[in-house]
Amino acid sequence: MSTVVAPSQAPAGAVARGLPAWWQAAPFSAVFALFFVLPLLLVLMVSFWHFNEYELIPGFTLHNYAAIFEGCSQRTDQGDLCVTLSTYLSTLKFCVLVWGITLLLGFAVAYFLAFHVPSAGVQTGLFVLCTVPFWTSNVIRMISWVPLLGRNGLVNQTLQGLGLTQAPLDWLLYSDFSVVLAFVHLYTLFMIVPIFNSMMRIDRSLLEAASDAGASAWQTLWHVIVPLSRTGVLIGSIFVITIVMGDFVTIGVMGGQQIASVGKIIQVQTSYLQFPLAAANAVILLAVVLMIIWGLTRLVDIRREL
Amino acid sequence: MSRSMPRSMTRRHAPGFWPLALVFALFVAFLYGPMLTIVVLSFQGPEGGLTFPLRGVSLHWFAQLAQGLGTVDIGAAFMRSLGLGAMVMVLTVLLSVLAGLAFRKRLRGGQVLFFVTVASLIMPSIVVSLGIGLQFRLLDDGLKALLAWCGADALLEGYGSSLGLMSSALGAHLTWTLPFGLLIMFAVFNRFNPAYEEAARDLGATPWQTFRHVVLPLIGPSVVGVGMFGFTLSWDEIARTSQAIGDVNTLPLELQGLTATVTTPAIYALGTVTTVVSFAVMGLAVAAAAWMKRRRRKELR
Repeated sequence: MSTVVAPSQAPAGAVARGLPAWWQAAPFSAVFALFFVLPLLLVLMVSFWHFNEYELIPGFTLHNYAAIFEGCSQRTDQGDLCVTLSTYLSTLKFCVLVWGITLLLGFAVAYFLAFHVPSAGVQTGLFVLCTVPFWTSNVIRMISWVPLLGRNGLVNQTLQGLGLTQAPLDWLLYSDFSVVLAFVHLYTLFMIVPIFNSMMRIDRSLLEAASDAGASAWQTLWHVIVPLSRTGVLIGSIFVITIVMGDFVTIGVMGGQQIASVGKIIQVQTSYLQFPLAAANAVILLAVVLMIIWGLTRLVDIRREL
Repeated sequence: MSRSMPRSMTRRHAPGFWPLALVFALFVAFLYGPMLTIVVLSFQGPEGGLTFPLRGVSLHWFAQLAQGLGTVDIGAAFMRSLGLGAMVMVLTVLLSVLAGLAFRKRLRGGQVLFFVTVASLIMPSIVVSLGIGLQFRLLDDGLKALLAWCGADALLEGYGSSLGLMSSALGAHLTWTLPFGLLIMFAVFNRFNPAYEEAARDLGATPWQTFRHVVLPLIGPSVVGVGMFGFTLSWDEIARTSQAIGDVNTLPLELQGLTATVTTPAIYALGTVTTVVSFAVMGLAVAAAAWMKRRRRKELR
């Protein structure tokens, strides 16, 4: 998860002997061909198939896509958007909220680690402290909010004990709030690591120069550090946005299975074996995600930065 | 403070240190606090509930867990996840190291392979999972049609599904762990000094000897890290496994299902157990890497 590029072709002759490169890369490539590229192509193909309750019927139809956007050209009688659009809007809302919060928090943490912790040993220690939860279970980290945020949880007990609220607050758990909280809890790390990595590559003499030229700490941060960290910001943003856009586990568990999301729709349709519909939804989701990533990379030319 | 130090270091702390330190401390508390509460609550007394206060301290809920929760056999799911995690770990290490070595040479199509690997890392997991699930169902349909066409009715009767722990689920996990493995190998080889290999070759070592006695000891600790990534990521994986597994579930999938139905601290006990396994693997990895480094230093002396 760092900004490493494929090492440019090694100096000829340095490691030219031994197994041919392709044989060494073959098993690795085979895994991605079999379990990534082929399945994605199948998703694209099946999104154009017919289906009934029993079987998938090969063919070419745009019916699945039409079904997804059925009724989306106008508002319903109650003045609501159609299911698909309102689900995408709700998922995008989570995306923007989580992206903003994780970016601010992740940047602050990375900035503190990179520029305010003087000893390299302490820096590594604190960095590892931030990354350890990444290797533990996400579901466990989600349900660990229950004893804190539930109706009889620690937060409600404390608020009532202090006399700040009369009745327990219901919006703390199984709500939009708890979903965003869990996302921030789980995925701020995906911002911290790339931003920290970018910051550690900044030549420290630039900061000296800025300060010698009379820049305040704030000006140095805004005019030197932020622009030089943007690759990290971009990579972190791509991680967070793609995770939230496709999520169904966090929104499911923390939303009490009551909040809709694009990932959830795909999951439900798959469980009803409506593969062509699920596939069409997956293609649309992918298109949306790719457009967001494309938009982000317009802001930062990633290849020039690496 | 010596005079040669940069000016900013001579001040005790740069401006903004304390507010940022506070943010950092709160962030760490935010990361670990909730986890700590469920570890504590998993030792809840038999009368206790999902929230504080603790009504006594007991191992009651761990005993409940061992007997199974509802219809779910936790022990079996635990062993399945352990087996799958071990398999994913071994394959992630082998394939990542091999691919890392390949990328150091002139690798035709290396850029494409790299692009696909990164794409797999950021692809929404539900899409990958759906694709693999679909692939194996189409494979099933194809095989059944083939068996029917051959008239192998006995085989057809016995045929279940090609979806499974060590087929589709294994593949799904590898699409998630291998990108991490390859990126770590890139980071390692970017800092690797090829002079050691050249020296070994000049002394007449075969490519295998060079790898076994020169390269491997040098990259050993990082390879252990790749293994740890492989196991822990597989051990907790849900999203990519969800649609790509047949009749049996892995432990995290069972756990996810149980969050909706189990309303006793037994679920916290399960959380504590899986977290202990994650930490044990991390601890083993750190110990193994430290041991390798120490042994190398001894050999050099």
